[in-house]
Amino acid sequence: MNLIQIDAQSWAKGIEKLKAVYRTFGPKKEKNDLEFKELQAGELPELHFQNTRMSPKALVYPQTQAMFTYSLDESREDCRILKEVKRDEKPQAAIGIRPCDALAFKLVQRNFDSREYQDVYWINAYEATTLVGLACDHPCSTCFCTSAGTGPFGEEGLDVLLIQQNDTLYAKAITQKGESLIQAAGWKSAAAKDAAGNMDALKTKAESEISAFVETDKLKQKKIMEIYEAPFWEAETFSCINCGTCTFVCPTCWCFDIQDETHGKSGVRMRNWDTCMSPLFTIHASGHNPREHKYERVRQRFMHKLKYYVDKYNDGIQCVGCGRCIRSCPVNIDIRKICNKMNSFDPQSCSCEVASS
Amino acid sequence: MQNPYLPYPVRIDQITVETEDKSLKTFKFVFINPDDEKRFAYKSGQFAELSVTGMGEIPIGIASSPTEKGFVKFTVFRTGKVTSYLHSMKQGEIMGIRGPLGNAFPWETLEGKNVVIIGGGFAFTTLRSSIITMLDPANRPKFKDIHVIYGARSPGMLLYKDELQAWAQRSDIHMNITVDGTDDPNWKFHKGFVPTITEKYAPPGNADTYAIVCGPPIMIKFTQPVLDNLGYSHDNIIMSLENRMKCGIGICGRCNIGKDLVCKDGPVFTLSQLNTMPKEY
Ligand SMILES: Cc1cc2nc3c(=O)[nH]c(=O)nc-3n(C[C@H](O)[C@H](O)[C@H](O)COP(=O)(O)OP(=O)(O)OC[C@H]3O[C@@H](n4cnc5c(N)ncnc54)[C@H](O)[C@@H]3O)c2cc1C
Ligand code: SF4
Ligand code: FES
Repeated sequence: MNLIQIDAQSWAKGIEKLKAVYRTFGPKKEKNDLEFKELQAGELPELHFQNTRMSPKALVYPQTQAMFTYSLDESREDCRILKEVKRDEKPQAAIGIRPCDALAFKLVQRNFDSREYQDVYWINAYEATTLVGLACDHPCSTCFCTSAGTGPFGEEGLDVLLIQQNDTLYAKAITQKGESLIQAAGWKSAAAKDAAGNMDALKTKAESEISAFVETDKLKQKKIMEIYEAPFWEAETFSCINCGTCTFVCPTCWCFDIQDETHGKSGVRMRNWDTCMSPLFTIHASGHNPREHKYERVRQRFMHKLKYYVDKYNDGIQCVGCGRCIRSCPVNIDIRKICNKMNSFDPQSCSCEVASS
Repeated sequence: MQNPYLPYPVRIDQITVETEDKSLKTFKFVFINPDDEKRFAYKSGQFAELSVTGMGEIPIGIASSPTEKGFVKFTVFRTGKVTSYLHSMKQGEIMGIRGPLGNAFPWETLEGKNVVIIGGGFAFTTLRSSIITMLDPANRPKFKDIHVIYGARSPGMLLYKDELQAWAQRSDIHMNITVDGTDDPNWKFHKGFVPTITEKYAPPGNADTYAIVCGPPIMIKFTQPVLDNLGYSHDNIIMSLENRMKCGIGICGRCNIGKDLVCKDGPVFTLSQLNTMPKEY
């Protein structure tokens, strides 16, 4: 694929052109952090950052979303009949998304778009979205993407990859959607012949800067119940306060709640991100709770990402190594440590087994 | 693309109070668009999301049988927000149902076999559906002996009393109805807990005999060792689970037990399957 070279001036011009065709999103300063927000006229996406505080999953899967509207007005013909909410069909583009966050869309697609059921909200939004990635030239210390299925220059899930070198940007179209976006932006100067080689060198350098890893090679071969009953869960998760932050910042957490919200005689059936860290998530109407204890909920989160998903799809872990949960957790619970424990756990050498035999 | 969250609109055609404490009512629904009934083609053991506009949705087992045409029935216990509101609703009101959802009892496996139905409390709903299905003249020859053991706290707490009476008169189904206790001198069925009655009256286990067990956790806990003693293999013990649900279609992530989603991979599992899964139900 040809590399396109973009200088500062054509970058700014191109972004403005995109705004006419796409709702254009990019990292913007929010207090001390960066978040993905819609870019207004004249605004450019921030390109010098490590990553946004929240993952960009909300672009396709909003934290709160109206599914249906309804009326409870008895005098109306359509009283109590749910009506679909009109969806905004305008294409959208996310500029400056990190490769790990782009791969996350591919992972959650398995959940929202299965053979049996298609989640129309997620699928329509995903299809309307073009993902323009920004390669990481200086990964953070908590990033472990190279052992989680991608890397600082990873392309899977992206439509375009942007690479920064000094003040110049290089763009590589990965999909047809990406080609169309580059065309709409009017970026067309071919990069110099040696640019591709330079990019490869940058990639190798960035990859070598990754200092954190997870071991996942033995997760598949173990039995669910072996890891589930491992003795380390209570101790490892003891300090968790079940705040749910890890699930909300995560690009691959997809669980949601559905609630009816009525105002006067009309209302909306909404869906909202939910968290398996909350005891309300599973409590039965009888008061019985299958995951009554805190450690059981934390175990669910890790087992889901690192074992249930692995067994179900046979294609790696449900984690892209972005490191957000590690950076955001108030008590320093670290998925890398838990993953390695799960991977290396040997039920045969478990002390309780030895004691009972 | 069809929106899998959109319920079919239905009208409440009839409401029957089932139990003396009025905590259980059966709702008979008629589809507002007749074509929706065909789209809602279901099997005994499946469930649906009942959608009460403005209140929310609840997963409820389908109590009617596919052999009953023109309506669908659900029996609902009054407990929280949606079920309490539903209990206050009137005949003629409009609501929605979404489904059918989940797997069903394994009807292909059960064909040609003895079927032993063991139910307790108000978990008898999909069992009613199953009995009606199997007793349908077109279906009855497909099964060998049918045994039913069904228990409730007291005679007034039994569901579907008229049907129970009618089945008890038939020779092609062995009914063992029981109550924990009663001082009614006219009570003509058993007294005792479901596990005890199972021990006395259930046929012995063998490769050709399957038990479907639905009931409160305490009943299941004490019935299982009885079935073990009777020689039932865990492949031949079938159960239905009730985890908290939202979407009912395997997307919202709420109902999982290990890698299985109760709403999509279940709610029906064999005991052998459950033995390999976390006890998160
Ligand atoms: C497959 C399946 C089949 C079923 N079949 C039947 C059936 O045939 N008949 C039947 O009667 N039932 C059946 N059930 C059970 C039924 O779904 C529940 O009883 C029902 O969903 C309860 O809904 P509710 O709105 O009344 O309770 P809710 O109000 O949802 O209450 C549930 C519980 O959650 C907690 N809770 C919820 N929201 C909050 C909050 N905001 N704050 C604090 N606590 C909260 C409370 O502890 C409450 O008691 C079935 C369930 C499943 C999964
Ligand atoms: S962010 Fe940390 S403390 Fe909060 S729920 Fe997650 S693991 Fe627990
Ligand atoms: S209820 Fe949503 S996944 Fe089962």
